[in-house]
Amino acid sequence: MASDGTGVVALYGGGSGNNKVKVVDASSKSPAAATFSVKVGLAQMLRGGVIMDVVTPEQARVAEEAGACAVMALERVPADIRAQGGVARMSDPGLIRDIKRAVTIPVMAKARIGHFVEAQILEAIGVDYVDESEVLTPADDAHHINKHNFRVPFVCGCRDLGEALRRIREGAAMIRTKGEAGTGNVVEAVRHVRSVMGDVRALRNMDDDEVFAYAKRIAAPYDLVMQTKQLGRLPVVQFAAGGVATPADAALMMQLGCDGVFVGSGIFKSGDPARRARAIVQAVTHYSDPEILADVSSGLGEAMVGINLSDPKVERYAARSE
Amino acid sequence: MAVVGVLALQGSYNEHLAALRRIGVRGVEVRKPEQLLGLDSLIIPGGESTTMAKLANYHNLFPALRGFVSGGKPVWGTCAGLIFLANKAVGQKTGGQELVGGLDCTVHRNFFGSQLQSFETELSVPKLAEKEGGNGTCRGVFIRAPAILEVGSDVEILADCPVPANRPSIIISSGEGAEEEVYSKDRVIVAVRQGNILATAFHPELTSDSRWHRFFLDMDKESQAKALAALSLSSMDAEDLPKKKPLDLPIFE
Repeated sequence: MASDGTGVVALYGGGSGNNKVKVVDASSKSPAAATFSVKVGLAQMLRGGVIMDVVTPEQARVAEEAGACAVMALERVPADIRAQGGVARMSDPGLIRDIKRAVTIPVMAKARIGHFVEAQILEAIGVDYVDESEVLTPADDAHHINKHNFRVPFVCGCRDLGEALRRIREGAAMIRTKGEAGTGNVVEAVRHVRSVMGDVRALRNMDDDEVFAYAKRIAAPYDLVMQTKQLGRLPVVQFAAGGVATPADAALMMQLGCDGVFVGSGIFKSGDPARRARAIVQAVTHYSDPEILADVSSGLGEAMVGINLSDPKVERYAARSE
Repeated sequence: MAVVGVLALQGSYNEHLAALRRIGVRGVEVRKPEQLLGLDSLIIPGGESTTMAKLANYHNLFPALRGFVSGGKPVWGTCAGLIFLANKAVGQKTGGQELVGGLDCTVHRNFFGSQLQSFETELSVPKLAEKEGGNGTCRGVFIRAPAILEVGSDVEILADCPVPANRPSIIISSGEGAEEEVYSKDRVIVAVRQGNILATAFHPELTSDSRWHRFFLDMDKESQAKALAALSLSSMDAEDLPKKKPLDLPIFE
């Protein structure tokens, strides 16, 4: 749509209906509807930060005190969902409310893939971000939530560039690479980050004429593929997730080019959560300073017990959606 | 050319660096106290103010930041940065958070509420337009934004905005108990200047309007002219220029 002279094509926003920038003057006191820039804006404020899974208000306080930039309010962390099995659903709204009251940092919560009513409930209780997450049991195996219909912004998982751009087209204002949640094993997280970054690098060097066929091959909207090519990165904030357990894991994700890190089971399934949480926060800020990384990695106690992913019996959450 | 530092602990520091690049100014990331040396001015970006305060504390940045501010060099805080610079903040997390201070005002940390109350609007900014040209309004993006409740006598108000009708009531926690206070005015202050300190509750770095960044750099020029500081111009060179051009997010219009 518009070009601001830096070769950056700005899509979305300013478009139709609710997305228009509205002028608020003294006479109309209600703020404008959430524009895409406001949705992406919060994710931009989270950049360089760590988002931690918590299951109680007390854990949320520990996360806030350690310097988490947001918390993900859950009933069970992914490692427990994995261990206990069964159907994993949205958390009790009462619990999410309690966690919201306990902290001043943003609170996120998970809805099942395609379960737009869970998302409506989360919006109604005022969470700051909804994670449409493959860690919960999917409610719709063909369709994701139409995220344009919500004022609350969404973060979605992806394994590769095509999946990321499909989610952005559905209205996701933030992307996280899926990794393999609840395993404490960073190999899948690395695979997915490398896949997205590698795809973007290949795309940047592609001839413009080849982008049409490429968009078709990765099953992504052409305009977003072209925008990604021009930007040299995803057009929204990209975090890493799924298997980060140590400060070094977190710094690895940052050096691979992510904007920030989700840590799920890695903190509260470890020996000394407060200390580990604080170390991971510092590692994300000072990700390219090995001396500080060595300092903060020392004496953290037991890390969470990992799961070996070469075992075919381990269920792959990442493969639950396309 | 002036060297502008951007506090790069957490938050939208990349966006500030990109905004500076768009007007041909080099910004450097600041994560440690010693990196403040040799800077002509400093931007404290948006982000989570509690996170930034924790990280500043871990690496003992507060004394250096206070020294920088009291030394009279230009400092600009956006959103979380405004909270950092305020002498007094209300609505903080349990136990409060450390502030840099220097700006004589009271800030409410989360005045406008949570993300669902985040918004963007056109702000009337006659003083900015007078100095940097353009029309009399600018695009203000407010993300879980703070606001300025009171200012001291030597603080100049650059912009205010109407208080949204659906704003949750203010909870002021003082000492032990939390008391609810009704904010009775229908407008609230969102941009101020006090000497060489500039503070905005919104995010000019998320828009393509670079007038706020130019306004900030002009503050630097004014103070340099006063100090006849031609000496400091040659000190920093390309030694820590990034090896490859950073990849910036798009600006959503």
